[in-house]
Amino acid sequence: MRDVRSDFPLLQDRGLVYLDNAATSQKPRAVLQAMDEFYQRSNANVRRGVHRLAEEATAALEEAREAVRRFLSARSTKEIIFTRGATESINLVAQGWAGRLLSKGDEIAVTEVEHHSNFVPWQRAARATGASLRVVGAEETRFGPRTRVLALSHVSNALGTILPAARMARAARASGAVVLIDAAQSVPHLPVSVAELGCDFLAFSGHKMLGPTGIGVLWARPERLQEMEPLLTGGGMVLEVSDQRATWLEPPAKFEAGTPPIAEAVGLRAAIEYLEKLGMGEVRAHERELIARAFAQLAKVPDVVLYGPEEAGARSGIISFNLRGVHPHDLATFLDARGICVRAGNHCAQPLMRRLGVSGTVRASLHVYSSREDVDALAEAVAAARELR
Amino acid sequence: MIYGAVISEHYRRPRNQGALESPDAVHEGFNPLCGDRLRMEVKIEGGRIAAARFRGDACMVAIAAASLLTDFVRGLSIAEAAAFPREQLLAALEAPLRPSRLGCATLPLEVLRAALRERL
Repeated sequence: MRDVRSDFPLLQDRGLVYLDNAATSQKPRAVLQAMDEFYQRSNANVRRGVHRLAEEATAALEEAREAVRRFLSARSTKEIIFTRGATESINLVAQGWAGRLLSKGDEIAVTEVEHHSNFVPWQRAARATGASLRVVGAEETRFGPRTRVLALSHVSNALGTILPAARMARAARASGAVVLIDAAQSVPHLPVSVAELGCDFLAFSGHKMLGPTGIGVLWARPERLQEMEPLLTGGGMVLEVSDQRATWLEPPAKFEAGTPPIAEAVGLRAAIEYLEKLGMGEVRAHERELIARAFAQLAKVPDVVLYGPEEAGARSGIISFNLRGVHPHDLATFLDARGICVRAGNHCAQPLMRRLGVSGTVRASLHVYSSREDVDALAEAVAAARELR
Repeated sequence: MIYGAVISEHYRRPRNQGALESPDAVHEGFNPLCGDRLRMEVKIEGGRIAAARFRGDACMVAIAAASLLTDFVRGLSIAEAAAFPREQLLAALEAPLRPSRLGCATLPLEVLRAALRERL
């Protein structure tokens, strides 16, 4: 893959080693320009206007939806709902689908590696419906007839592990469950096809995939969208409103009450086209090489403990580790003093940290612009941090 | 050295670390940023802090702050200790902390205040 660093103004201006991509990614000029141009040339509200600007803005929103459809190899743009982010997408399913259709005796299964955003909404859905919540292993394929929902990550945000999502989805669906995949950490880094994953719902955010904050996606099978109720009601999602009642539009409008994030959709489309131009296979190959390098370098540093699978093919570019005798936050502060941005803490995965028996880890995460130099700088700085012990 | 000499010194040789025999006030709190837990135990004699001890698995900043604080409050009345100024503790650490790490420095103070609340 070509060196893309010069496409990212922030990386050029700040000269930092940015390794906090699992939290959010930096944005290429193409994304910033697309949003800027939308506001300067085509800004208007969507759907209801008949003037030319409204038509342009509506077309821009729908072209973004088509870009998402293509990127996920989905069948129809009617399966693509724009939300505020993966968190909202998951809450929509937990409340609008599970909250409506589950009852006492049903079971919701979530894996032990889930981010709080794919854990807490299910705890709430379980409490609201009387269903039980079961925490399963990250490779679980045995599900009973009571399991109505399986919620799993495609890639663990805390460890980088790639879960056997297609196999788990197949097993769960075969026993009658509906499957939601949190793809927030996979869509930005791996080729993802909803047809290959075989799930019912797929959720992700724009901002981790070089796009803007404030926009995310929920993809769903059409039959699930018919069963699901919207979280928000209001303008833009109704067919007919009388004094006492209202009827909903067909999906996706049914789930997009109010003015949608139009400029953000334009930015997301630009991000998708940027990634498509690089090629997701190339993106993955680039990150795989760096994962192997990072693992090899960090493993050489005495007292480094690495978490998650060692084999680069079994993980994404999220590298979670500790330096024995040094608190994760002290290590992160030490790295920051050397211009290296990483994340430290429990990574919104307290149940997983408890299982690992640690209070937290340091997490370095890669993206398309990460380089060998970034990885080398990290390993050198971690070795230097042994002085804190 | 990332935080300066005071934090380094108190992290390596913390004062008042451990437990007290039959403490009069106890509280355990945690830092939502990282999940670190810190426990404070206080011995009260004649309405004053006779001794304060802490324990927990925490970062350098939190341990140094706990070490300093448990020294500072000895001899103070319960009300004085509960009102111990945050700025004074931060100043004593002699390190310019990023906003994201201030919570680590003030965790011991929050835990101490919670321990003393019932005694006020």
